[in-house]
Amino acid sequence: MKVTIKYFGLVAEAADKSEEVLELNGALTASELKIQCLNGLAIADKDSVQIAVNQNLDDTITIKDGDEVALLPPFAGG
Amino acid sequence: MSRYDRQIKLTEVGPEGQEKLCDAKVLIVGVGGLGCPAAMYLAGAGVGAIGLMDHDKVDMSNLHRQVLFQESDVGRSKANAAKERLEKQNSEVRFEVFEEPLTIENVENIINQYDVVLDGTDNFETKYLINDACILTDKPWVFASIYKNEGQLSVFNYKDGPTYRCVFPKSTRQNISCEATGVLGVLPGILGALQAAEALKIILGAGEVLSGKLKLINMMQASEQTIKINKRPEEVEKIRKNGIAPVYIDCDLKNKEQWYLDVREVFEQPKPKGKKVLSIPMGDLTSRYQEIPNNQEVFVFCQSGKRSKNAIEILKNEFGFHNLKNVEGGIETIIDG
Repeated sequence: MKVTIKYFGLVAEAADKSEEVLELNGALTASELKIQCLNGLAIADKDSVQIAVNQNLDDTITIKDGDEVALLPPFAGG
Repeated sequence: MSRYDRQIKLTEVGPEGQEKLCDAKVLIVGVGGLGCPAAMYLAGAGVGAIGLMDHDKVDMSNLHRQVLFQESDVGRSKANAAKERLEKQNSEVRFEVFEEPLTIENVENIINQYDVVLDGTDNFETKYLINDACILTDKPWVFASIYKNEGQLSVFNYKDGPTYRCVFPKSTRQNISCEATGVLGVLPGILGALQAAEALKIILGAGEVLSGKLKLINMMQASEQTIKINKRPEEVEKIRKNGIAPVYIDCDLKNKEQWYLDVREVFEQPKPKGKKVLSIPMGDLTSRYQEIPNNQEVFVFCQSGKRSKNAIEILKNEFGFHNLKNVEGGIETIIDG
């Protein structure tokens, strides 16, 4: 299945892209997909990054073909 | 003709709405890139009382985005300079100045005096502090944050809606400020204006308040999207039951054998751990300089590298230190991990 991943803030910087389409095999939850996407990226405190599936912030959702996923780190600047 | 005539004409405002605005009290925490434009629009709309809270002073590098301040304000208290400027804009508004930082000790008492809190802060500790205090005092707060060209916006704890902890239950020590990353002045301008709009809608009881939603704005890509957020009742219950859960952010420095001098204020984060890290705020240098080793190299740091440079000048010229080296990029460049 194909899933579009959108990266925000310093996750986008660490991944060096703001969007990509991933080909995934097998069933996985949003939480598992988040770990897979952040794996290998130079980001401290990966637990603080949140995942939204189809504009819904919920890491328990099971990922389906065509889903749009957003990886959202907290921002501090003001 | 009333100064509020043009907004009273709107059905969402009307004479009754204007009365609500004149009776309302909004606390702005952090009078910086977000707080300045927000304060101007709230003052313009005739909000009855506006609290201006900031313990910082105006710096020349603030002027490109902190639109309340003039060159002649450099070095002055932000909260005071903002009050002076805003009083010229609307003398009918009562401005209340708080020059101290928001702390676990004062937060509930201060927030309790207001109807809505507007978050113009630049660090996670204060955002969690505002969040928890708003849960305990049952006040809504308008959140915004920035990272380079991107912004996040939401209204938390509005009519029992989701809170900041429902979106970000776990904090990060990556407290990256606009000073560190850079920002175009217009981005906090956009977000601060949107925050003011949310505060006005909350007061008026008009339109759709951005509660249960997180708005993401990318100024460079001219894109935005809104994410639906859900309440995590257990996160809110925890605060209701146990009170404010302060987020202290500590860190390790790369070189544990090296002596460091931290000249930031004691509340600034993250706090490095280690036996060779001295913490002496700028204001205490002349009374505590004897604590600083003078026979080996000491790295001096602050948040950005600016204050530490001044500290070295003082220590060198007044107390003869020649062993001090400035950490140019500030604390973020010497953190391990």
